[in-house]
Amino acid sequence: MASTIRVRATSSGETTEVQALIQHPMDSGFVKDAKGEIIPPHFIQQLTFEYDGKSVFVADWGGGVSKDPYVKFSFKGGKKGDDLKISWVDNKGATDTTTAKIQ
Amino acid sequence: MRSAIHLASAALALAALAFGAVPSAVAADTPNPPADAKAFRDFFTQKFPKVKLEDFVNGPYSMNEDLHRQWEEKEQFPPYEFSVDMGKEMFSKPFKNGKSYADCFPNQGIGIRQNYPYFDEKEGKVITLELALNRCREVNGEPPFSYVKDEMAALTAYMAFTSRGKPFDIKIPDDPRALEAYQNGKRYFYTRRGQLNFSCATCHVQSPGERIRAEVLAPALGILNAMPIYRSEWSGMGTISRRFTTCNTQIRGVPLNPQDDEYRDLEYYLSYVSNGLPISGPGARP
Amino acid sequence: MSMIRKSGNRFSEEIMLKNKSRMIRASTLSLALALLIAGATSVLAAGSEADFKAAYAAAETANKEAGTLRNQWTVTAAALADAKKAADKGDFDQAIASSKEAEALAKASIFQATSEKTLWKELEIH
Repeated sequence: MASTIRVRATSSGETTEVQALIQHPMDSGFVKDAKGEIIPPHFIQQLTFEYDGKSVFVADWGGGVSKDPYVKFSFKGGKKGDDLKISWVDNKGATDTTTAKIQ
Repeated sequence: MRSAIHLASAALALAALAFGAVPSAVAADTPNPPADAKAFRDFFTQKFPKVKLEDFVNGPYSMNEDLHRQWEEKEQFPPYEFSVDMGKEMFSKPFKNGKSYADCFPNQGIGIRQNYPYFDEKEGKVITLELALNRCREVNGEPPFSYVKDEMAALTAYMAFTSRGKPFDIKIPDDPRALEAYQNGKRYFYTRRGQLNFSCATCHVQSPGERIRAEVLAPALGILNAMPIYRSEWSGMGTISRRFTTCNTQIRGVPLNPQDDEYRDLEYYLSYVSNGLPISGPGARP
Repeated sequence: MSMIRKSGNRFSEEIMLKNKSRMIRASTLSLALALLIAGATSVLAAGSEADFKAAYAAAETANKEAGTLRNQWTVTAAALADAKKAADKGDFDQAIASSKEAEALAKASIFQATSEKTLWKELEIH
């Protein structure tokens, strides 16, 4: 199965801009289905972006973040061709990881 | 007490009849689609002189600068990407009998979305893309998909994606049944319905660029070009069928069944009057 | 208030129809009196199950006709459901009131569909 993480990182000058789109239901645990039963909570709890062995962006999420979350941020540093590692863990213990090259 | 209310309703109704009964130079009943399409385009280009013709396909984003900026940013990483990928996978996977979608469509189904709907002269009815996809499945022994759920949305998202940029090219053959279908679609578009007494035109002809609650309304010109759409309100993709049926519910009208004649004819009309405008689907909307 | 063509009319119609059930609930006796005076054909001094069934059937018939015109309203279905619920609880006064509301809504939807057959042209872009 394809990765749940789409990422694009572009470096210009001293800054690298990162965009990521992550496929995840992000169920808050407060929504009922058509039968009236609660859809159990199922959401990413931590999302981490690592460059050169250091975390450049860490997100602690809860049920308030919508389905298929989109993240955009910039960090100082990063060179073309270098690796950027992205990983997430959700409340069910599932994880996914991907590595992208900075363009 | 109720009788008093009934009397009041009746008075209102009579007033409406009195006000509404004066026909303005009643046109002959044979429709003239090319004239309609030109009038339709002119109406919107005159109402929004700063919007380029091809930009009408971006709906509310062409009506509001702030929305446009946010949308441009989001298009770099659009929310419908997952659906297009899923659609491509589904489209390429053969049916149990070994055939595939490509066998049902001209040009293997690639780059043809702009030709739908078309009028099938053998059957005497309008065929939409969604309908054609399900017929393809059924003819090959597969169960049809719901018209309002993710699978149909993914398939039409992929097919729209392969037609991006191509102008709508809807044909009305010289057949009175085709003209009738076109006219039915036009009539549906302008007819008020539901307890809220709205027609499609009430929002999309009379009020594009204005707000209904928190949403900015899209103009009717080019309104189907971006379909199917990832709608933030739905947290997911939606087909044309989904949009038609939910619109009906929103104005408190009981929706018809997806792909009922009225909806097929409506799609035919709306697509035809947007001929020449580029397919921009799949799209993203608030 | 006098022009149905503007979209503002729906508020007045809506409010009228909603107020109807509230007023009816408030005073069945004065309603019965008012109806008798107005010469209404239905007798509602105290609703019986038979009265409910008649009122409900009338509402359903009207709603079916709206269905053949392809123009049913969601609120009509809701009023019919309310009527059934009230009847199941034995509250036939309420059930009859909801049925009458449903019938009025259904008839309004029929009127809408019929008049729109010609009035749609008013909105057409030329």
